[in-house]
Amino acid sequence: MTDVEIKSLVLRELKKIAPEADLEGLDGAADLREQIDLDSMDILNLAVAIHETTGVDIPEADYPRMATLDGAVAYLRSRIKAK
Amino acid sequence: MAEFRMPALGADMDSGKIIEWRIKPGDKVKRGDIVALVDTDKATIEVEVFENGIVESIVVPEGETVAVGTALAMIRGEAEAVAPRAPSPTPAAVHKPAPPSPAPSRAPLRAEPPSPPIAIVPPPAQAPAPARRSLRVSPLAMRVAMDLGVNLLSVKGTGPDGAITRKDVEGAAQAAAQTAAPAAAQAQPPAPRPGEAIKVVSMPRAPAAGDRQAAMRKAIAAAMGRSKREIPHYYLGTQIDMSAAMEWLRAENLNRPVTNRLLYSALLLKAVAIAVRQIPEMNGYWVDGVFKSSAAIHVGVAISLRQGGLIAPAIHDVDKLSLDEIMVSLRELVKRVRAGILRSSEIADATLTVTSLGEQGVETVFGIIYPPQVALVGFGRIVERPWADKGMVGARPVMTATLAADHRVSDGHRGGLFLAAIDRILREPQKL
Repeated sequence: MTDVEIKSLVLRELKKIAPEADLEGLDGAADLREQIDLDSMDILNLAVAIHETTGVDIPEADYPRMATLDGAVAYLRSRIKAK
Repeated sequence: MAEFRMPALGADMDSGKIIEWRIKPGDKVKRGDIVALVDTDKATIEVEVFENGIVESIVVPEGETVAVGTALAMIRGEAEAVAPRAPSPTPAAVHKPAPPSPAPSRAPLRAEPPSPPIAIVPPPAQAPAPARRSLRVSPLAMRVAMDLGVNLLSVKGTGPDGAITRKDVEGAAQAAAQTAAPAAAQAQPPAPRPGEAIKVVSMPRAPAAGDRQAAMRKAIAAAMGRSKREIPHYYLGTQIDMSAAMEWLRAENLNRPVTNRLLYSALLLKAVAIAVRQIPEMNGYWVDGVFKSSAAIHVGVAISLRQGGLIAPAIHDVDKLSLDEIMVSLRELVKRVRAGILRSSEIADATLTVTSLGEQGVETVFGIIYPPQVALVGFGRIVERPWADKGMVGARPVMTATLAADHRVSDGHRGGLFLAAIDRILREPQKL
């Protein structure tokens, strides 16, 4: 999977979780939770969705690495490659 | 023969609109079946039926908005013999739409194969005969009434057939403004008395997103206004050391696939449900001047919507559920709240409510009780704080738990015991 594909995957799942959020205007380096008001249930649903589409099971301890969009893409790239 | 009535789906609901019937005369229904979709100010509700039986007739057609308590359909119990023909409608019971507005369609909106015609019957005459009032309101008048906060039940219609016109509403608003102060208290429509069916006939109109938002704001304002007027709240707060709970949760989730992971909210809900068994005066309803405690513990969970607004549907019998079951219910509930479609059973019968401001929020919440409940437990954000224990100071995850409770039912001492019980339970998470 390329970075672009991973990014569009994450954005697609975020869109399902927060349909009303403006994802076009996301700052890739800024905290996702703050930008689109995600709570712990949303984060869990995102992790579940990513697991379902990529097979990557993100341990809770790695959640901080998913805090920004750029971070999430980099983290998922490394996890997918390691598979 | 039983009347299936428009349920009161929360203290902030006065009326609902039937948007779809999922049953037709002759259908067999069983308890828990979803029989209709009803639009309220806050969400679309899948309304469940309470008993087994056979649908005798549909009384209120799709597209109509009726007050809480109005008979919507007639359902014959399974054991009952075929009911004698319903008496022909008396003139008073036949409601016609107000002439100024186009007549709402009587026929079901769905296209379906020819089925027996839907009988529109009045509730069966019983002694004492229920008084049935039909309110005839033009859509414009209804909109103006909502804008001005006029209770349509207090407006005398001067239009044809006693229909309420825009002028009547504006006149009523003016009169109310002149009598000034107590207006706020009167703006709330009286709860329909048992046996009295009030029918509001209006043009069907799907609410736009903005309207829904405004309507939800209004509904929250009405319920919270009533709470603040009627309930003498007292507030308590305590700090809870969450290190045991969070450590247990971390270890537990390490062994779980992502699909089965727990959120600490599940622990909080279970802790509240177990604690309230010991302090039953926090669990139940204040109705007609007396407190009725509830044996069942249905915990309302305040779920906020990103675009604003709040819904607090219930998870049933939380004290009897495992953490996994609570988690499944919670996920389902959040999903449905955010999608705007809820079930009547979960929206109507919370016996106490929990609000948790989550990780992004503040440390302390001073809740407002959701009437007719008598208590609301609030949890703030978990923050790392210095904590002294056995003469040593260390950093611990600390959460502030608060209680807003009804002084008509309990006192600070009992409330304090309730919070202390929650604290104690959360320190032993393995027992949850």
